[in-house]
Amino acid sequence: MNTEATVMKETPLQRFWSEFCESRIAVASLVVLLIIILLAALAPWITPQNPYDLAQVDVLDGKLPPGSDAYAGYTMWLGSDGAGRDLYSAILYGIRISLTVGLAAGFIALIIGTVIGLTAAYAGGRVDTFIMRAVDIQLSFPAVLIALVLVAILGRGIDKIIIALVAAQWAYYARTVRATAMVESAKEYVEAARCLALSTTRIVIRHVLPNCLAPLIVIGTVQTASAIALESTLSFLGVGLRQTEPSLGVLISNGFEYMMSGRYWISFFPGIALLLTIVSINLVGDQLRDVLNPRLKR
Amino acid sequence: MTAFIIRRLLQAALVVFLMSVIVFFGVNVIGDPVDMLISPDADQAEIARTIQALGLDRPIGEQYLHFLKGVATGDFGKSFIFGEPALKLILHHMPATVELALVSLLMAILLGIPLGLYAGLYPDRKVSKGIIAGSILGFSLPTFWVGLMLIMLFAVVLGWLPSTGRGDTAVFLGIESSLWTRDGLSHLFLPALNLALTNISLVIRLTRAGVREAMHQDYIKFARAKGLSESRVVSVHLMKNILIPIVTVLGLEFGGLLAFSVVTESIFAWPGMGKLLIDSLLQLDRPVVVAYLMIIVLFFVVINLVVDILYSVLDPRVRLKDQGA
Repeated sequence: MNTEATVMKETPLQRFWSEFCESRIAVASLVVLLIIILLAALAPWITPQNPYDLAQVDVLDGKLPPGSDAYAGYTMWLGSDGAGRDLYSAILYGIRISLTVGLAAGFIALIIGTVIGLTAAYAGGRVDTFIMRAVDIQLSFPAVLIALVLVAILGRGIDKIIIALVAAQWAYYARTVRATAMVESAKEYVEAARCLALSTTRIVIRHVLPNCLAPLIVIGTVQTASAIALESTLSFLGVGLRQTEPSLGVLISNGFEYMMSGRYWISFFPGIALLLTIVSINLVGDQLRDVLNPRLKR
Repeated sequence: MTAFIIRRLLQAALVVFLMSVIVFFGVNVIGDPVDMLISPDADQAEIARTIQALGLDRPIGEQYLHFLKGVATGDFGKSFIFGEPALKLILHHMPATVELALVSLLMAILLGIPLGLYAGLYPDRKVSKGIIAGSILGFSLPTFWVGLMLIMLFAVVLGWLPSTGRGDTAVFLGIESSLWTRDGLSHLFLPALNLALTNISLVIRLTRAGVREAMHQDYIKFARAKGLSESRVVSVHLMKNILIPIVTVLGLEFGGLLAFSVVTESIFAWPGMGKLLIDSLLQLDRPVVVAYLMIIVLFFVVINLVVDILYSVLDPRVRLKDQGA
């Protein structure tokens, strides 16, 4: 053992990591989440079939129970859906779409919310009042309702759903960033930066923003999970993504009609994939909040 | 105080007006209802007649003014599909939704408070940890997913409960409801439980937090010192004090229940206004979509207005802060 290494102080990242690992559930969730992401990323190389290449799908394989052999020879471990797609392949491709929509919506909402929140915090006065009123009003409506209004207006499709999700979620980021920025800008380091006659833009971007990152990361994880849940809800209702963009919600919706006749697997397995995705993101987010929130520090 | 109420009223009116503009113009941009409603075999004269009958030939600004005038008199236009006034259609579907929402609110209270109480009184027991873990799941799982699992378990695998429709209704005390028949109740149980899930979790959390905070208060210690039985301390002294925030939050959540009933009603084919909205969205039945959205927005604005005013009465700081900003 290297004695020097044990004497050396932990870097902040190492400390963060060791605190994160204190919860076994959080670590397990992180592992599950990483596996899901990896499976989704590698989908084209590890699935027996591209479920949306019509040449590879055979209607004769339709509605086969888990473990059946497809006409092409491979085993459908999770069964097949009404159109004869291998569910294992369809689920991995579905996770790709669900994750893409959730991450894109979460990221865009984060950027827009951060810019608006920082503007409110630094412009103050009427601008601040106006922005925060808008945020309050929007947050008084459930996200589902806002998304439904926008879907009614915009129609279906990946780009439109992302817009609807961003519109339903930006306010959470704006409020968090504004509150954090207000607290941070009252601290000494900002005062010191002002004394150095740095421009407001520079202070906001280089000094205040980095210190707002911790709550942003926490809220970003939780909101991404809820974006995925919201997208799958809309898709399940038939007003979200189209059949040609089969997210997990679309797969579950497709299988719903077969459920009554006992062909549970067509909805059930995509449902389990959705459950694992959402719950693992939420549990990782919970632990991030505990680790990153200074008020909860022991 | 008066100034505060007037300002809030104006603000509420502005929100309703903005929503009417967004909803009306937005919804009128989707698709072309002419394509959907007129059979491909119809001749030109028939198409023109239908367009005129539905008022689709006029400029959109004029259609909006006509719409506003209609809204003021409670007329949102006729449904393209049913040929009935949209408002009448929605009001016709409303009792089923309100019934579902009220029953699920009741479930949230009847299930949430005892579970939360247990978890708060015995925080170290395994069961309590299970309850808390369950409430985390209740928050993070999408409603439709849980509904699907409920159908699978109770309707398909066990075959105990029906999974679609409202069942038999009966009239009692002048109210037509599924609550009065066995068949109706069996149809109501699963959708109500599904809709209640988020609120059950919420009540569990609130009750548990309330109990853990209140147990160390002096009035609890004093009640014990008087020699009251533990059950009396909990059921009278403790409950009275923790119920206030729970009731407040649940009142606020009622609007959310109506909004989320869109999802539950679609899964369980419950004939309420949420299912009507989704069906109308899929069929591009614009008057019904617009009317539903306007009614639900109005509903939310009224709830928030009442809550704001009540809070400002109870807590003058809210009012002062609003004036300062």
